[in-house]
Amino acid sequence: MDNRQEMARAAAEAAARQSYGKLVAYLAARMRDVAGAEDALADAFAAALERWPKSGVPEKPEAWLLAVARRRDVDAVRRRLTGEAARDHLQLIAEEAEARMTNEDLPDERLRLMFACAHPAIEPSVRAPLILQTVLGFDAATIASAFLISPATMGQRLVRAKNRIREAGIPFRVPERAELGERLGAVLEAIYATFAEGWSDPAGTETRRRNLASEGIWLGRLVASLIPDEPETLGLLALMLFAEARRAARRNPEGDFVPLAEQDTALWDDALIDEAEALLRHAAAREIIGRYQLEAAVQSAHTARRRSGSTDWAAIRQLYDALMAIAGSPVVAINRAVAIAEAEGAAEGLAALDAIGDDKRLAEYQPYWAARAELSARLGRTAEAAEAYDRAIGLERDPALRGFLQSERAKLVRN
Amino acid sequence: MRYMLLIYNDEAAMANAPRDKTEQVLAAYGAYTEALKKSGAYLAGERLRPTQAATSIRLADGKTNVLDGPYADTKEQLAGFYMIEATDIDTAMEWGARCPAASTGTVEVRPIWEMTDYLS
Repeated sequence: MDNRQEMARAAAEAAARQSYGKLVAYLAARMRDVAGAEDALADAFAAALERWPKSGVPEKPEAWLLAVARRRDVDAVRRRLTGEAARDHLQLIAEEAEARMTNEDLPDERLRLMFACAHPAIEPSVRAPLILQTVLGFDAATIASAFLISPATMGQRLVRAKNRIREAGIPFRVPERAELGERLGAVLEAIYATFAEGWSDPAGTETRRRNLASEGIWLGRLVASLIPDEPETLGLLALMLFAEARRAARRNPEGDFVPLAEQDTALWDDALIDEAEALLRHAAAREIIGRYQLEAAVQSAHTARRRSGSTDWAAIRQLYDALMAIAGSPVVAINRAVAIAEAEGAAEGLAALDAIGDDKRLAEYQPYWAARAELSARLGRTAEAAEAYDRAIGLERDPALRGFLQSERAKLVRN
Repeated sequence: MRYMLLIYNDEAAMANAPRDKTEQVLAAYGAYTEALKKSGAYLAGERLRPTQAATSIRLADGKTNVLDGPYADTKEQLAGFYMIEATDIDTAMEWGARCPAASTGTVEVRPIWEMTDYLS
């Protein structure tokens, strides 16, 4: 009996892991209600844990779960019947449905669910968390810790967003061509935000965050496989793979930060880089340039060092020029200034930083001050460099990166 | 689903607009209403008199307080509404964006809370 219970639990958990998102998506698209779909599914899992140890694990666990979950919503029978009678009834329904249904019949509606979560009527900051919860089944506490806000606040935001999907009548569909651009942008942005949250823990010491990076890539693969003719879906996947390929090289064995220029290219993952290159070529063949393709191209130029031994900074600068034109932001402007410094000289780079210096957002942006500090130091402007390093150190939250900045500042004083 | 499109406009600007401009706006609303009707989405729609004609009522301690004016003193005022039938928020938003008020003020799209929803 114990053994059977164990098996049933393991089967239910396996079904949950493998197909949670698919089941939620399938139900939510039909009920037009994410919270309702999650509740129904939670009940179905509870019923499975109770039922399967006695009756054995059904041949198609997903179909069984779905049948029970659907019935819960569609039929009021469950509310009228209680106890043993209800369970028998559910069992019958499930077996009947299972007989009719194969796993191939379960259409993959996760993309539709993602478009609902990233709908313009949903607040942008909650879109990525919502996708994590509904498509991947993360609980609010896990998501909250990854996005560095309190679990209670995250829980409230998620509940509010799900209510909004139901009450406002947000559709579960992949938008048509005409509006796909903007909507797809929101989905890709949410996926990238997921990846970036995981990426910000480079050592992978925080397991939850590392998971976020791989979940982001997983979602990216899903979207790229379902909408392969939109080159930006391939561009985003390539961008994430390029970054992921360098993970092992971002810290030395002591856990200290290693800047890109000093990374040991032998530690880069060649298979991931090759896959990213192939994706990028595939995307470029469609000749519709976009933000993610350009960012991936920058990464491609950086990783070229593993073969050539040097970095083509003039090419990187051109890519940033193009990025500024189609998706300009302070972050892009700083990276462009760094590329200018490498290609033309520190003075030119610093001048490019000066040109964006009156953007108020930069006052609290660590990379801006770190870039200023490094370029000032190269020009021998020690006092300015020290002040900029202090700003950067004070703004950094990652201890390894903070340590790196502090050691750079220390070198400055010695000179 | 049924949706209410609430139209908010700067009514002073509307009142001060030259006559030809006003006629142009009215014609635009006429065409919009006609398009709604032709598509089958139209359920109802009316224009409201300016807030100077508004009266707000509140009952407190058994006494009726009557306020000469609108409930909220805002930069843009509720000026009218449409009630439409739409399959989802996307369709409702499309109609909201087509409304002439979307380019002069704001159109708020609100789903109707159907009795069947809150009693179930």
